[in-house]
Amino acid sequence: MGVSPTAEAVVEVSDLRYAIDGRSIFDGLNLRALRGQVTAVMGPSGTGKTTLLRLLMGAIEPGDGRITVFGEEVARLARPALYGLRRRIGMLFQNGALMSDLSVFENVAFPLRAHTRLPEPLLRRLVLMKLQAVGLRGAADMAPAELSGGMARRVALARAIVMDPELLIYDEPFVGLDPISLGVILRLIQTLNATLGITSIVVTHDVEEISRIAHQSYLLAGGRAAAAGSPAELLRAATPAVNQFMRGLPDGPVPFHVPAPDYRSQLLAVDR
Amino acid sequence: MMRPLVDAIVRMGRIALFLVRVLGQCLPSLRHPRLLLAQIYNAGARSLIIVMLCGLFVGMVLGLQGYDLLQRFGSESALGVAAALGLVRELGPVITALLFAGRAGTSLTSEIGLMRATDQLTAMEMMAVDPVRRVVAPRFLGGIIAMPLLTAIFNIIGIYGAQLIGVGLVGVESGSFWSQMQAQVDHRDINEGLIKSLCFGVACSLMAVYEGFHAEPTAEGVGLATTRTVVSSAVLTLLLDYMLTAAFLNS
Repeated sequence: MGVSPTAEAVVEVSDLRYAIDGRSIFDGLNLRALRGQVTAVMGPSGTGKTTLLRLLMGAIEPGDGRITVFGEEVARLARPALYGLRRRIGMLFQNGALMSDLSVFENVAFPLRAHTRLPEPLLRRLVLMKLQAVGLRGAADMAPAELSGGMARRVALARAIVMDPELLIYDEPFVGLDPISLGVILRLIQTLNATLGITSIVVTHDVEEISRIAHQSYLLAGGRAAAAGSPAELLRAATPAVNQFMRGLPDGPVPFHVPAPDYRSQLLAVDR
Repeated sequence: MMRPLVDAIVRMGRIALFLVRVLGQCLPSLRHPRLLLAQIYNAGARSLIIVMLCGLFVGMVLGLQGYDLLQRFGSESALGVAAALGLVRELGPVITALLFAGRAGTSLTSEIGLMRATDQLTAMEMMAVDPVRRVVAPRFLGGIIAMPLLTAIFNIIGIYGAQLIGVGLVGVESGSFWSQMQAQVDHRDINEGLIKSLCFGVACSLMAVYEGFHAEPTAEGVGLATTRTVVSSAVLTLLLDYMLTAAFLNS
């Protein structure tokens, strides 16, 4: 594990700066996701993890710095080229984001119908194979509203891989799942990475789960990567911010209390 | 003090830019005629009952009020003309548009807004599918096609409603009711109504898809967007109605 200098970086973020309404989200972020590896991007809520994904996909433009995906600078691409790039990337949304008016089967078939002219029998076989891979071939005719949260996320995963992407991006894949569904998703991420060699970026704050499968982890804090390395290295890290996050301590560099006036004087002032 | 004015102008600009974007995707979206058909059904067939019911009542009211007014001048035989012209040129397009905004417009806005709130639109963009082409354009076109059809149905039912009251209840002669209508209503009146309903169709559908597409991605945001759709559609319809009426009377 760890970073091998010869491996090719599929995603490279260098010196990224980004601000929303004058509030700085990223302030010199550096990050690399290497081909064939699982890269974890961790961080407390509100550190801009989802913003980072939007930047990677070219949905928003960075204030400064460079983001390259497959060697192309995302912010410089015009819409057709950007759409071309996105076809090589699969993305799993936090809540699945399945089309509510399409069946499970049609949801998985959606990218194929939009981008290819495959004959119907071939398309059906492909979709059934992807559904089989996530264990939901039996749910092909169900509507998204009938699925549990874990099942919806597996359907979304089948949809994300149906175009055989080279890069797969997961946005908080473990949030709100029961232990069984969580184990299933975790194993799927690992299997997809190992068998298909898909480069994976997992954005999450579930330290324990992701530490089991990530090759390389980044911890975001203060708009930059506060720490980088294998999960084991991060656990050993001595800096307080990393330590607090990895061990889930309630107080530390990320304070328990929201800034407020003095406690004692505010309580006393209530009477007056 | 100038703030609301500036905001309103900015909003109009955004809506106009969105219209250009939607228009650009209308032709490509026709490659999936099924999507369009589904939306015509959605906007049209599902508004049918309410449009027919309201058409009947409006026609019946026209029968009563028209008769009461016309008999003062001893010209109650003109009731058929009065009702038909009132419906075809004015009440038909306007009331259908208002009903459309309330029934189909709100459902378009909440549907698209919900897709926004549940990341479906973002997901489409990430899958390199333009949601304006796939989601917005068919709904926009469907609304424009449905509106004149609904207006025509409203007019027909309305005229029969007026006949029901005028001829059936208060005793206008059936022959004069229909023959005067036939003699007086010509294609220019029909054209005026048709062009009005097309314009209202564009305005109401545009407001509905715009508000839905730009809704705040929360439950509250979708609710607010739905309200805005009804309000802007109604105001825009009545404003356009005045401008079109003035233009037609001038020509």
